[in-house]
Amino acid sequence: MIPVALALAHAALALLWPPLLLGLIGRVKARLAGRVGPPLVQPYRDLRKLLQKGSVYSRTTSWLFRAGPVVGLAAVLCALLILPVGGRPGPLSFPGDFVALVYLLGVARFFTVLAALDTGSSFEGMGAAREVTFSSLAEPGLFFCLLALGRMASGWSLSRMISLAPASPGAGPALVLVGVALLVIALAENARIPVDDPATHLELTMIHEVMVLDHGGPDLALISYGAALKLFVFLALIAGLALPPGLVDPGLRLVAFAALTAALAVAIGLVESLMARLRLVNVPQLLVGAAVLSGFGLILVLR
Amino acid sequence: MELTLGLAGAAVALASASGLLGFAFERPAAQRIAAASMGTGAACAFAAAGRAFASGVPATMTFAGWLGGATLRLDGLSALFLLPVFAIGALASLYGVGYYPVAELRGKARRWQLFHGVAIAGMGLLLLADDALVFLVAWEAMALASFALVLVEDERAEAQRAAFVYLAATHVATLALFGLFALLARPSGSFSFASLAGELPGSPWLLALLGLGFGVKAGAMPLHFWLPDAHAAAPSHVSALLSGVVLKMGVYGLLRLSGLLETPASWGWVVLAAGATSALLGVVFALAQHDLKRLLAYHSVENIGIILMGVGLALLGRTYGEGALVALGLGGAIFHVLNHATFKSLLFFGAGAVQHATGSRQLDRLGGLARRMPVTALCFLVGAAAISGLPPLNGFASELLLYLGFGRALLGRSAIAFAGLAAAALALVGGLAAACFAKAFGVIFLGSPRGPAAAEAHEAKATMRLSMAILAAACALLGLFPSLIRGALRSAVLAWDRRPGAPPAAWAAPSAALGWLGVVGPLLLAAALLAWAIRRAAGRAPSPTVATWGCGYPAPTPRMQYTSSSFADLLLRALPWPIVRHERSELSAAPFPARGSFSSHAEDPVLDVGLAAAAHAFGAGARQLRRAQRPSLHANVLVLLLVLVSLLAWRLRW
Repeated sequence: MIPVALALAHAALALLWPPLLLGLIGRVKARLAGRVGPPLVQPYRDLRKLLQKGSVYSRTTSWLFRAGPVVGLAAVLCALLILPVGGRPGPLSFPGDFVALVYLLGVARFFTVLAALDTGSSFEGMGAAREVTFSSLAEPGLFFCLLALGRMASGWSLSRMISLAPASPGAGPALVLVGVALLVIALAENARIPVDDPATHLELTMIHEVMVLDHGGPDLALISYGAALKLFVFLALIAGLALPPGLVDPGLRLVAFAALTAALAVAIGLVESLMARLRLVNVPQLLVGAAVLSGFGLILVLR
Repeated sequence: MELTLGLAGAAVALASASGLLGFAFERPAAQRIAAASMGTGAACAFAAAGRAFASGVPATMTFAGWLGGATLRLDGLSALFLLPVFAIGALASLYGVGYYPVAELRGKARRWQLFHGVAIAGMGLLLLADDALVFLVAWEAMALASFALVLVEDERAEAQRAAFVYLAATHVATLALFGLFALLARPSGSFSFASLAGELPGSPWLLALLGLGFGVKAGAMPLHFWLPDAHAAAPSHVSALLSGVVLKMGVYGLLRLSGLLETPASWGWVVLAAGATSALLGVVFALAQHDLKRLLAYHSVENIGIILMGVGLALLGRTYGEGALVALGLGGAIFHVLNHATFKSLLFFGAGAVQHATGSRQLDRLGGLARRMPVTALCFLVGAAAISGLPPLNGFASELLLYLGFGRALLGRSAIAFAGLAAAALALVGGLAAACFAKAFGVIFLGSPRGPAAAEAHEAKATMRLSMAILAAACALLGLFPSLIRGALRSAVLAWDRRPGAPPAAWAAPSAALGWLGVVGPLLLAAALLAWAIRRAAGRAPSPTVATWGCGYPAPTPRMQYTSSSFADLLLRALPWPIVRHERSELSAAPFPARGSFSSHAEDPVLDVGLAAAAHAFGAGARQLRRAQRPSLHANVLVLLLVLVSLLAWRLRW
């Protein structure tokens, strides 16, 4: 009975919790700006509203435009199967699965970019070019982080890496570097400030939002849900590393994990309220900085 | 055992027969029969390879009277390379029926048939060769036939230049191989590969000659200089053959010889570093291209780099006694050889279809072709996703083996752990390759047509579509069910190391990974079905079709779309690597701007900047020398005399 309940909690946390994190970020930003802000459940309401609407399609688009959101969501759903949640290994866990997770996110990006280019709009082309630029520059940093974790945990399945790395002797300094680098990469990959501003109203300054400008209705719902899941994937990696090792009760671990992801969402809200967006030409420096940090982390554990 | 070699020999004979037949008769029927002959040859080659994988013992045969005892041998490694050679050979023949019809192109098509057959037969023989002489004969047959293939359209200046550069490069490679084999054969006096096994001549020249000979053929940076021009200038089915198969013969030679010889630790590091450099720079230069076939050619440099990274890892694993590294590095490299042959040939076939339909390879003149060429677009998409290493296609499967190898290295002793850092380079290469193919596919097939040629494009002919569809299916099958190829890969990995008393490679690690991949792919497809079902269930409300929203701008034109140059611009500016780009911009900033223009062009740093300049300098120097020589006959005679005397003096001192 208890294993079944835990598995259900795991699934619910992975599938239903992520939109709440977006609501939380919005709420924190609103409060810091002196507004009341939308209710926490607003992202769920948005998804329901979008799913009930029709879509408007451009004459220029082909089947790829409709396939983009579907493949994008499917790839992120598949990545969730690999992701360890609250100390529980992902249902699909094997040596090298961290590569599969990163590349599945790559599949989602590839098809989102193609759907953007399918509209023939120069704004969406611009967003697509920025997206592939920043994400490919983020890739080495992300891999340095994962390689350092694997070296600490002496194994290459993500669940093992996340659960064993913090307990390895002398991991402390490297772990801090990896955690900071992961947070920066999470901000970049999920189109948050200081890389991208999800709340901007000027298409010329956007990255992710401008790519999905022509999507509407259920397509946009799939994209928004996929984006929430992707944010959750990154926050779950960091939260998994921060989970207190002394906590052994699996139920409590799940609760602590959920609280940690919520705390990270609040932190993102704080970052978004306190910082300005970087100029686009300076974003690569931020990403190289993250790669250097995580590279140092890797060299620390390689000694 | 005789049957195995007999089948392989029949495949080689059928390939030559296909060439001769297609050359002799200028009839469409002859072209079809030639394609069928090549197809039958491929079936024979597959049967021979299958028998070689199953038996586990190499099949050998010696012809005492020929070339001082010519030996043929088929083991797992050469059998695995036989598969792409004959498969791509047959598919290129099939593609050629539609793309290069003899009824229209006459002599050109006949020449292509002949040299296509000779090149395939030469490569088949190369793989069967078990002594240096047969190897060199086959190598030269392949090299010269490829030269003739690049020059099939000999009236084009572009093809003439590319073929000349290729001829020069391939002969430097052949010369290096002559030196290499002469050095290797000196101790034992025999050219047979078996007698070379385990020798340790220990000369640094050996590594240099080996690297030069096989590196030029494989197209590793900076020896890739012949490759972009040759691939771009040749007809597309020739490019597919060059890129998919001929380059791999360089990899095969490297693998064959490194499996025979004792290798010092430095070899592994050198190959790994060369691979990482090729992979990174290859993809960066690919990003800067606007010509579809040049872009694909630079991706060949990138993929050869990925393969070499695996080979380097295997060599390091052997030196440091880590059997798992050998299996993962070599397994990944060989699997990637196979995968690159499928998706790169597919992409070149697609490029040929696009060029056939629009008359242009310039990305910035195309656009919106997915509507007019749906089959080509779908096949190209599969190839683009596969080469970007995206699951569930085959490029991901081989890259995963390499990642696992680097991961395993990272857990090893401190010296070898640094090899694991190459995983980050591989990740960057993967990200950039995905960016580059998002650009290529998006600019060619999506959006609106950027010109009249693209707007009036037509779908490729039936045989062209068929050969592309077969390759696309192969990409999907090898990616979804990599276990299909597990036995063949195992046999190839185990056949690699022929030194006496070599420990067998630890095959368990790659085997398990290939099994897991068979789960990821189908799961992804299931997830896609689920997401599609959600989408279908939701979209009940009416969905009108309108123009793309231009953010309020009332008169957008197709020329305002992002082009390949603008798409790659931000990324290229962010990368610190030396891309020589010439930009010419005539844009006025006046309040009432006049007509403006902008053009950019990326040069190859080795050929255009390095070698061409060096050749010009050499020519200028030679002209100076000739001027010095001209003044008087007496002075010339004096110089001759002085040289003669000094030579005599030098000789007499000993």
